[in-house]
Formats: sequence, structure tokens, C-alpha cells
Amino acid sequence: MLSEELKQKLRTMIADAESPREKAVDVMLEIQERHLWMSDEAMEEASDLLGMSPLELDELATFYDFIYRSPVGNYVIHVCDSAMCWLEGHQRVMDYISIRANVPIGGTSPDGLFTLLPVCCIGYCDRAPAMVINRRVYGKLTPEKIDRILDKLAGENEFHPPE
Amino acid sequence: MAQPLVLFKNRHPNRAATLDEYKQSGGYEALQKFVGGKVDPGEVIRLVDESGLRGRGGAGFPAGKKWEAVPKDAPFPRYLVANADEMEPGTFKDRILLHTDPHCIIEGMILAAYAFSATKGFFFVRPSYDSSAVIMERELEVARGAGFLGKNILGSGYSFDIVVHRSGGRYICGEATALLNAIMGKRPNPIKPPPYPTEKGLWDRPTVVNNVETLACVPHILRNGPQWFKDLAITPKGAGTKLFCVSGKVNSPGAEELPMGTPLREIIEKHFGGMIPGSEFKACLPGGASTRFLTRDHYDVPMDFEDLKAIGNRLGTAAIMIFDQKTCMVATAHNLMRFFARESCGWCTPCREGLPYMRELLWLIENGEGKEEYIDTLRSMCKQVWNSYCALAPGAAEPVISLLDFFEDEVREHIRLKGCPFHAKAGN
Repeated sequence: MLSEELKQKLRTMIADAESPREKAVDVMLEIQERHLWMSDEAMEEASDLLGMSPLELDELATFYDFIYRSPVGNYVIHVCDSAMCWLEGHQRVMDYISIRANVPIGGTSPDGLFTLLPVCCIGYCDRAPAMVINRRVYGKLTPEKIDRILDKLAGENEFHPPE
Repeated sequence: MAQPLVLFKNRHPNRAATLDEYKQSGGYEALQKFVGGKVDPGEVIRLVDESGLRGRGGAGFPAGKKWEAVPKDAPFPRYLVANADEMEPGTFKDRILLHTDPHCIIEGMILAAYAFSATKGFFFVRPSYDSSAVIMERELEVARGAGFLGKNILGSGYSFDIVVHRSGGRYICGEATALLNAIMGKRPNPIKPPPYPTEKGLWDRPTVVNNVETLACVPHILRNGPQWFKDLAITPKGAGTKLFCVSGKVNSPGAEELPMGTPLREIIEKHFGGMIPGSEFKACLPGGASTRFLTRDHYDVPMDFEDLKAIGNRLGTAAIMIFDQKTCMVATAHNLMRFFARESCGWCTPCREGLPYMRELLWLIENGEGKEEYIDTLRSMCKQVWNSYCALAPGAAEPVISLLDFFEDEVREHIRLKGCPFHAKAGN
């Protein structure tokens, strides 16, 4: 399922490493850039490139917070629920996004655009409450700010449909 | 006394300092002198040892001693790892440092590597700091172009290069031995030493893991001397400045560089804008989520390793999370334990089973189903988690021990009222 072009890019990444499996996370993050999540087929092809068994790779995939082994939306919204964000109302942020983007907490919106998940402290405690969406962090969240962020992401998506 | 700026002297709003700016402030002079001048690596270790530099990542281990632990006749390749995982709740100082002066960290890494003849460096960074990883990759290329990094650095014959290693994101990866497993593409379980990573680390080769802020101190120590570094601290046993990151109920949360040993009161009231209107200081966690609550009784404590140790606490990462009189400490401890239970790597039983159990007991107390005997159970479990492989599980117990030590009345009130008194006051 991985394109030859992507595989070649992954092979180049792996060639730089001390040992191939050192690049396991990088490879999975790169695949997710194109395919959003790690399907069984993607796991098998990736583990081939890394010289690991699919099971060994799955041990890592299921361990890390930012590797997805189930289908996710184009944008994965991770709302921080650790101490400082909790103190500043992470639950209100979670509830607001859930209603505003029509996405169940822990699930994906019917249009496939958004997935909503909690995440442990993301290190933006000075800008609580905060969240991370596709590697980008947003802090000091208010309903108005969340509206702007979600509208912008939904707008971008109209012009750049994923593969 | 004016605020001495060392690590943050090139701080600009919204952008990182360039190579030129770093050089204008004395950057890479230490590299020219020590690596370019082929000074004996033992001299680098001696100077850093003498400066009293202790690890800024939480444990406070003397940096020079760590490098010294690599045996002189140890095999090659040898590895240096900069730990920018920073997943301790409340901690974000390394992120700000990375966005302020990346070359200070790069020079620190090269000098540290030179001290024990490392051949390759890994910059290990968490996923939510992807912007830091991108800055680092860009500036590493700039450093290579300037001849500071790569083959034959400054014509010295010494070669060393650094790669950025992105994590998939888990708290355990900040633990040094788990971090090494993560880099090697193995499940990041901690490994109980011995052997220590300095003897057998990455691929069984000598490896040193240092915190980013620790590494950033090194060029300044070598350029200005160990005594200068010691004199930056206010406390007699302290050394250097410290990046304090403060969050919670203060007016200006953020990160500031202050002398090691600056009193807590001064940090809060003078440097972070004081408590927000309507809030009074009730307690703080002085060094991240795995330190003990510090109450009003110690509001004037000097924030340094030894002074906090003297009152039974730890400086940790100097991430100060501040709670006010309206905050329920049981709910706070429950939130912290939810973090630790979820992030437990699951490798050993006391942590994997113990932390969720403690989380449940705290939830029951907070939600009106608490019993008096839970207090003893919690105390006993705080001791049991010390049987874990790594230090993260005993760290997880710290907020709970201190909850029982300093806020036992508040816990008992929850049990007596069959609910949270703070919810009642708030009219919920």
C-alpha cells in the first residue's frame, strides 16, 4: 500500500541510522503524514523496511501516544489534561470541541475531519489550557480561539484533500 | 542585584538567536579554546566538576562526575544523548531554552562529547516539541557549515556529529535507561543498573545522558571559569543560574533565568507577577509533578538542591506549579495520579498495578465514597512503589505522601462530608 516513492524516502532515512530499527518511530510518523494512521498493511510493509517483525513494531506502535493503530481523522486533536491544563479547564475545552466539531471524545467526526483525544502534559503549562493538532500546539484556548482554529483547519482541508 | 542572564541573554520575543548573535555574545569561544586548542579532555571534566554544575533534569547528579564515569579505556563508538524529552508535568524550561538559543545547546553538546571522546550525539525530543526539533535540525546544519560540528572540528582532528531523534511520546522516555531503549527502537522499558549507561549504554557502548539545560551551562563555565559559575548562585552550596518555569495561579506564568537559590517568595512575587487577584498561595509543587507539595510554611525557602532537600523536598526540574486556596488538593493529587498511572510503562508490577489503585482511592475520596482506612492504604502503597525498577514510580508517590502529610485534614473532611468541600463551596 505504500507508494514506491514513499518507500524510497523511508529507505534513505533508515540508511542513515546506526541500526535500522532506530528509525521505527520516524518511519511510522512519516507514514502517518501520508496515510493518517498505521493500518495492518502499513505495519507489515514498515516492519519489512526496518528489519523487524510486525509484532516487534506493534510493540512500539501501541506504546506511543502519537502513533495511531486505529483510523483517525485528518486532524487529531490532543487536548492536554494534566495538572495545569486541568486547573484551567481542560474539560470545558474538551466538551466545547466535541460539540462544536461534532466529534465524540475518543472518537472521530462523521466527516472524517477530526479525532478528539486527551493527552498527557505537552509542556505548554504557561499557556494552559493547551492542545496539539498534527504537531502544532495551540495555547490559552478560549471558545473564540477554538472556533477560529477549527474553521481554519476545515477550510484548509477543502483545498488539500488527503491521499 | 541585577538579574544575571547567561542562558537567556540572547532571548528575543518570538524567535531563536542566530549563530552570529550567539557568537557575538561569546558563543563558540570555549569550543575554539578547548577543542580547537586540543586541550586535554580531562581538563574540561575538571573545570565542570569544580564549577559544581548539577544535572538540571531532575536528579541533580554532578555533570562532571557523569562524564568521568566513562572508563578511559572504554571502547568506541561512544555516545552522548541530550535529553529534551521534558515530559514532567509543569516543566517547559527546555522548550523555551531551545527556542531562545539553540547554539548554546549545540556548543554544550560538543564540549560534553569532547570531555569523554564521544563520536555521535543524539538530540532526543518529544513530539509536542516538533517546532524545537525543526529549529534544532536547521541550526545543526548551520553549525556544520561553520565548521563547529562534523568531521575534524576546527582542524582539531576531533569529529563529532549530532542527529535529532524524535520520540513517539511517553513519559517513561525521559528516564535515562528507557530513553536509550527508545533510541535503539526497542520498547522503552527502564533497565535497572548496573551496568550503568556510562559503561554499557546504546548498543552496549559507553553513553552519557545529560539534560539540555545542563549541557547549555557548559560553554559558559568553560569560557568564564568555575568560580564565576559558582558565584552566580545566591546560596553558598549552590552553583549557577537556574531556569525556573512557573505556572498556575500567578499573573505572569512563563520561564525566567534566576540565580540558583532565589527564594520562592521572590520568584512568585517579583518575577512572575504575584498571585492572580483573589488568589492566595496555598501550595506549590516546586520541581515538577514528582516532587512534594510545598506549603506556606516554606514560602521563603531558597530554591536550590540542598535547601529543598533540607525540608524533605526536591528541586527536581524547578518547574513550579502554583495552587491557590480555591484548589482542592485531593482533586489535584487525583489528577497527578491519573497522569502517572496512564504513563506508567507497565514494565514492573508495583508501578503498573499500584498507581491505578492509588488513583482509584483518590477518586473515591474526592467523590464522596472515601473511607478512613484508605489513608493508611495510600500511605502503605506510597512505600510499596519504591520496589519499582526506576525512580519514576517513587516520584509518582511524592504528591500523595505530601497530600497526607500536609493536607490530611482536607482529606478527612472529604471523607466526613462524603464529598468534596470545594465543590460544595462553589455551589456545584
